[in-house]
Amino acid sequence: MPFVDASGVVTATLLATIVLYGLGILLPQCCPRHPHLQNLFAHGAATLAAMSGIVLGLSGLFIDAPPVFSLPSTLPLLTIQFRLDPLSAFFVLLISLAGAAVSIYAVGYVREFESRHPIGLLGGLYNAFLLSMTLVVMADDGFLFLILWEIMSIVSYLLVVTEHEKADVRYAGFFYLVMTHVGTAFILVTYLVFFQQTGDFSFEGFRQSIASLPEGFRTIAFLGALIGFGTKAGIIPLHVWLPYAHPAAPSHVSALMSGVMIKTAIYGLIRVYFDFLGGDFPWWWGFTVLAVGAVSALLGVMYALMEHDLKSLLAYHSVENIGIILLGIGAGMIFQTYGLANLAALGLLAGLYHTLNHAVFKSLLFMGAGAVLSTTHTRNMEEYGGLIKTMPWTALFFLVGAVSISGLPPTNGFVSEWLTFQSLFLSFQLPDLLMKIMVPIGAAMLALTGALAVACFAKAFGITFLAMPRSQHAREAKEVAWPMRIGMGLLAVACLALGVAPMVVVPLLDRVTSGFTEATLAGRLVTEGGFALAPGLGIGFASISTPLLAILLIVIVPLTLLGVVLFGGRLRKRLYHTWGCGINLKPRMEYTATGFAQPIRQVFSMIYRPTVKVETEMLEESRYFAKRKTFELSLEPTFQKHLYDPVVRLFNLAAERLRVVQAGSLHLYLSYIFITLLVLLLWVS
Amino acid sequence: MGQLDTLLITAAQAVIILLMSPFVVGLIRKVKARLQCRQGANLLQPYSDLTKLLRKGVVVSTNTSWLFTATPYILFASTFAASLLVPVFLSRIPLNFAGDVITVVSLLTLGTFFLMLAGLDAGSAFGGMGSSREAIIFSLTEPAMILSIFAVGLTAGSTNLSTIVHNTALMNGILTDPPPHLMALAALFIVTLAETGRVPVDNPATHLELTMIHEAMVLEYSGRYLALIEWASAMKLLLFLTLLSNIFVPWGIATEPEPVWMAMAVGAWAVKVSALAVVIGVFESMFAKLRLFRVTDLLGVAFILALLALIFYYILRG
Repeated sequence: MPFVDASGVVTATLLATIVLYGLGILLPQCCPRHPHLQNLFAHGAATLAAMSGIVLGLSGLFIDAPPVFSLPSTLPLLTIQFRLDPLSAFFVLLISLAGAAVSIYAVGYVREFESRHPIGLLGGLYNAFLLSMTLVVMADDGFLFLILWEIMSIVSYLLVVTEHEKADVRYAGFFYLVMTHVGTAFILVTYLVFFQQTGDFSFEGFRQSIASLPEGFRTIAFLGALIGFGTKAGIIPLHVWLPYAHPAAPSHVSALMSGVMIKTAIYGLIRVYFDFLGGDFPWWWGFTVLAVGAVSALLGVMYALMEHDLKSLLAYHSVENIGIILLGIGAGMIFQTYGLANLAALGLLAGLYHTLNHAVFKSLLFMGAGAVLSTTHTRNMEEYGGLIKTMPWTALFFLVGAVSISGLPPTNGFVSEWLTFQSLFLSFQLPDLLMKIMVPIGAAMLALTGALAVACFAKAFGITFLAMPRSQHAREAKEVAWPMRIGMGLLAVACLALGVAPMVVVPLLDRVTSGFTEATLAGRLVTEGGFALAPGLGIGFASISTPLLAILLIVIVPLTLLGVVLFGGRLRKRLYHTWGCGINLKPRMEYTATGFAQPIRQVFSMIYRPTVKVETEMLEESRYFAKRKTFELSLEPTFQKHLYDPVVRLFNLAAERLRVVQAGSLHLYLSYIFITLLVLLLWVS
Repeated sequence: MGQLDTLLITAAQAVIILLMSPFVVGLIRKVKARLQCRQGANLLQPYSDLTKLLRKGVVVSTNTSWLFTATPYILFASTFAASLLVPVFLSRIPLNFAGDVITVVSLLTLGTFFLMLAGLDAGSAFGGMGSSREAIIFSLTEPAMILSIFAVGLTAGSTNLSTIVHNTALMNGILTDPPPHLMALAALFIVTLAETGRVPVDNPATHLELTMIHEAMVLEYSGRYLALIEWASAMKLLLFLTLLSNIFVPWGIATEPEPVWMAMAVGAWAVKVSALAVVIGVFESMFAKLRLFRVTDLLGVAFILALLALIFYYILRG
């Protein structure tokens, strides 16, 4: 067997995962007449494969010597070799965890596509997408990584354009395709920098090339990875494709793209910076990552606030959360520069924890948005309302996701944001005065980001689920099918579990970070008999205990209820309609999403540059009575207008000029070939 | 500390906060009334209000969902839990390990989040307006609050409130590092006004359109639900006053769990928070409410002060 160095469990689960995803690709093709069966086969296989992937990831985290799997290859440069070290195992776990829940959900969600789209194709691509993501984080060879990365990108592009009959979906898909290839080009640059030192494309070769790599090339590798992976992750200003592409895909695919796929970019960044470049950075690298993170987090949430397309709103929140993840990783890199291994591990751990959490709650929220979309058939929030009464389960799960993404206790988002805050605050141990002052400003920006996220989800949940239905669509909404509810419910439970049990998660993450920073945190971070987290590392800086917070909340609520009943007696409740100042309250009088965000739009008008157009048409008889009023609001798409449009114009201009040589005449092309041949022959001889 | 002591001290703190919070509200009202040359209501009026509200029936809008009913309980529980994490009369509280200042802020935010949702739930434009305005004010307050507490935490070397209070009590409170501490104090005072909905940010005495923030959000509440919300607001106010007094003027707080010291510390604390309540009452009488979009300038000032506190700390310490 070509398998070496692998313990039985890992080999078996890896094989099972690949085979099951393979079955998920092939089985649906066997029964093209029965879309319902195709759906069951595709997503059933994906669910089982993802479960096996969870086992694979967990066992990979516990194995000391990373198992290596290689297959013979006849192609030059390409070595087919996979390696499951703790970092890879963590990402396999993350992909599979979200993948399993989303696959269960997909069984219900894809049903409405059965009549309109080829399910064999959709289901097959879905499995290929999950498989490529699982393999890309295990690749142990630069060339193999790039091939899998491309497969992942192209498969996800094909999934984005599922509903290709719509023009905006085609545009979103094209935008994504262009951007992802620009990103891949930059990753290639990074890998070529390593390659040209040793002539070896394997990751082991990359690690060894560092010793002889000159300073300039290291900087190129750093920037190439930041831009290349940053494009996939959606850092600002490379995020522009994300709010188009993620919402355009079917919602279960959006959940995977936003929750999981952009995490492969985080994997790539950590792999390059902490593994290949050996964690040896000048201070400005970490600072750049930190600054990019802070800007992405803040602008991401600000743009999210202005969206009233529920899925675009969630897509912008992915930009925000990638920013929060990079804040942790950037802080870790800065500490690494100054040789503070414990704190470097803490920053990296905070980033990884948030990566896992974001995968869970973002997938959950996208599934919730998909559930709403599937029953109301509109993405416009202004047409929702009152869905908590018709879709109680979806509303409850979405609420859990909203509380988590807002970073409120006792959910998982709170724990990882808290760890990020702590790693930023511990900057007071840095020897450099500038860093001491700049890093806490990052914390302040994180505080503003967190608060705006709370505001944004109050808007998203409030306008979507509460009060009166604002349209016929919303009035006719129905609760979604069981598989969809189960998929969402699993991740809602995961949000709470990852929040109240950080003492289980931290040792797992510690397996990853201890490999890169020469510091083992788990023993020191988890205190009070596993009950609290305290990243003080001997200084007694701060601590939280989410289990205790959860207990406090769980105990106080019934006690309050009991106290109120004992003191006030039985509840005398009268139902009455909301007072509308004498008029019957209509849904049109409710606060809208646009209205809710208005104060924020006005305060930050420097950033949004809104244009408001109000036109009033008066009655002819009297100019005191308006016949109709129109209100138009548009925000300036700053990055597209000032950064992308000039580039696109330049390309169009160049293409215009180049048309001269490509006139469509066959004779001309033949003569090109002839001249090329001639030149080549002359050059060779 | 034994198990029993832990439980007793926590329970004592819980009872003290529950009982003291309406008094602070009454005191501020009394001060304002006196400054307006009115007799003003009895100092214990808020207690009577709460009793009356708790016994009254409730009117609930037909538009609302379970969330509207759950919110008062969630708000009360989260605010109450937050105030258990703040040292009141003993600097080293037993629940110290449960959470630091970020946790306290997050717990309060949890309540605010649900209150914003409840404001939208009845479908009235008033509630929506309150929620929308609360969103912007509380968003802009957060960075100033985090930075100012961090600036103080640097002196103590911790963001755990207990450790901050304990260490500043053992040192000299605000006199340890006067310039950064004074700036942080000013920043945190502005934050307190904004977070607890006082003039010049919000006016707790009216429901007029101009001042519609907190009072507009809770407009649809009545009876026991309103009582819980009012009580939670009072606890939040007391929590912030406790923070201000125990962080900056920690004198009088017990640093060891000795019964006599603790009893005296309760008295000292009551005097300090009452004094601060008087200051707020005077402050509210001196200033007019700011326009909503001028409030951002005030909160900007708080942020800059907090940032300066941080920079000054490093420059003074070298």
